[in-house]
Amino acid sequence: MTLEIEQLLHRERLPHIWCAGCGVGIVAGAFLRAVLDLGLKRENTVVVSGIGCSSRAAGYIDLNTVHAIHGRALPVATGIKMARPEFTVIVLTGDGDGAAIGGNHLIHSCRRNIDLTCILFNNQIYGMTGGQFSPTTEPGDIATTAPYGQFEPPFDLCRLAEAAGATFVARGTAANIRQTEKLIKQGIQHCGFSFIEAVVPCPTEYGRRNKPAKAVDMLEAERARSISKTKAARLSPEELRDKIVTGVLYEDTQKPEFQRTYAEVSAGVRAQVGRRFAEEDEK
Amino acid sequence: MSGQNTETLAVTGNEAAAEAMRQIDPDVVCAYPITPQTEVVQLYAQMVADGKVSSEFVTVESEHSAMSAVIGAAAGGARTMTATSSQGFALMWELLFVASSYRLPIVMTTVNRALSGPINIHCDHSDSMGGRDSGWIQLYGENHQQAYDNCIQAVRIAEHLEVRLPVMHMYDGYVISGAIGPLVMLSDDQVQDFIGPFTAVNPLLDPKRPVTVGPFDGLHGWYFEHKVAQNRAMDRALKVIQDVADEYGELSGRHYGLFEPYRLDDAEIAIVVVGSTAGTTRLVVDKLRAKGVKAGMIRMRVFRPFPHAAYASALEHVKVVGVLDRADSFGAQGGPLFLEIRAALYDNDPRPQVLPFIYGLGGRDIFPDNIEQAFAVLEKAAQEKGRTSTGRRYLNLRED
Repeated sequence: MTLEIEQLLHRERLPHIWCAGCGVGIVAGAFLRAVLDLGLKRENTVVVSGIGCSSRAAGYIDLNTVHAIHGRALPVATGIKMARPEFTVIVLTGDGDGAAIGGNHLIHSCRRNIDLTCILFNNQIYGMTGGQFSPTTEPGDIATTAPYGQFEPPFDLCRLAEAAGATFVARGTAANIRQTEKLIKQGIQHCGFSFIEAVVPCPTEYGRRNKPAKAVDMLEAERARSISKTKAARLSPEELRDKIVTGVLYEDTQKPEFQRTYAEVSAGVRAQVGRRFAEEDEK
Repeated sequence: MSGQNTETLAVTGNEAAAEAMRQIDPDVVCAYPITPQTEVVQLYAQMVADGKVSSEFVTVESEHSAMSAVIGAAAGGARTMTATSSQGFALMWELLFVASSYRLPIVMTTVNRALSGPINIHCDHSDSMGGRDSGWIQLYGENHQQAYDNCIQAVRIAEHLEVRLPVMHMYDGYVISGAIGPLVMLSDDQVQDFIGPFTAVNPLLDPKRPVTVGPFDGLHGWYFEHKVAQNRAMDRALKVIQDVADEYGELSGRHYGLFEPYRLDDAEIAIVVVGSTAGTTRLVVDKLRAKGVKAGMIRMRVFRPFPHAAYASALEHVKVVGVLDRADSFGAQGGPLFLEIRAALYDNDPRPQVLPFIYGLGGRDIFPDNIEQAFAVLEKAAQEKGRTSTGRRYLNLRED
């Protein structure tokens, strides 16, 4: 059986490196279905990734892809978007890549509201390097650099993105992949900085040191913990503890998009300078 | 010395480095995971968590922060260590200069790995060679034992009052870091006695003597003199490195120099090589010697400060020297070690020929046959009249 998304994969590079039970491939699949559904063209769609398990996706995707260095996918994507504003530019990153080493770029991309779509695969761990805690590891959970439990508080990345100025903020899970696919589509269609956090299980580096341990159980737990924004609004902070609030969490269609503002300012300055030269010529 | 430990352990190179760190037990360790260094930090995290060491362990959000944090800790008067590889090393680059110019005796384990791009996680020396002008002392190890021995000696060298410069010690990613090899350790007490207690020099946290570290002192300030002072410390480090090695030799029975010659005394052709490839080269030297070829070698250990006079004297009788670089300097006449060796021999009379070889970039295998090919080039050059082209020769490069 050939899946439709295989037309967007470098099949000669398969099998992929992701472990059995990993949620990255599930979300990467959803992204590719979104690309097909939206009818994005290969010639003007660019995927940029950093370093880590989720960022490896760029290596398998047969679109224009840049596998950049650790933490720097967003600045690379920003450069591409500024040079070719008509391109659809999507960033695939993870919690370590996007929120730790590249965290600075994340908040500034949000602040500028540049028309990029950032899909951050949150597996709450550095998977590729062997399970060190990340800025989204839950307190008390075990990581190789926190053998007796993480004691630093984690980021709520969606709240961070909203506060920093992103105009489309959503959260989905690998467990509810249809919803996540829909959120990715909405994010790509949104004009402005779209931040989509995709919560994915990492049974190898997270599950086996924490509970639940098995891939299916992790997905089940993700599903059980998920709650819609509407339902979440009725719960107290205490009741919301351990819940994964999903759906579109914030949307603003009014805030000016960076590239467009830049083009307007640029055109205005050119016109002004042109007038001045014309006046000087008359003199 | 009596009471020497002779038990041989089977460990990975990273385990060897982590064990050295455990015995040193620095005050502060800050690090960020990167392949193939990760295991060092991970093992150390476990030691911290298990109370086997008393270090403050900070897992920061990038290598830039890791080096910044150890600089802060060292300026505050703490004995500090970190570890990295490749892109992590590159991300630290800006801070490397800050650490050395503040004269902070930080010790860093660098597990050598290629730099992007394309992304490559395997061994070459591009990362640390890129930091050769950063003012750090550089020690390169060949194997597991040297990863351990260099790490311990690095503390003494860095903290020596004649030096006070940061030291990085290197070993090959995967080939040493991940492979299992033999290690003989000192006892914990021996290491503690050897390194001694840490003495902070002009630390920040002395309320009776407040200091400012690294301020802008204007166009007419002392920046230039400061740099000269750094370089003088580098010069003094040569003797300190040897003194520390001699003392360590007394203690451990393992003796180190600034470099390690092998069958060099009557050699007509010789290879200078860094890291784990020295082991392979030694085998080839033996094989050629058995055939009557006067082949020899030097394993480079100390790259900064570069002991140029010692090389000039060690290689003065050699007709042709081949330098094996596991890093390239694009657009230069050859790799970084080649350039140093060639410059070091310039004043020799007669002046040996020095030929550049590049090998093993991005983890490309280097086989005994490849090193024999290099020796064959040297042998031919030694027999020919006139001087041979100094164009790069690549070992085990695929045909187009």
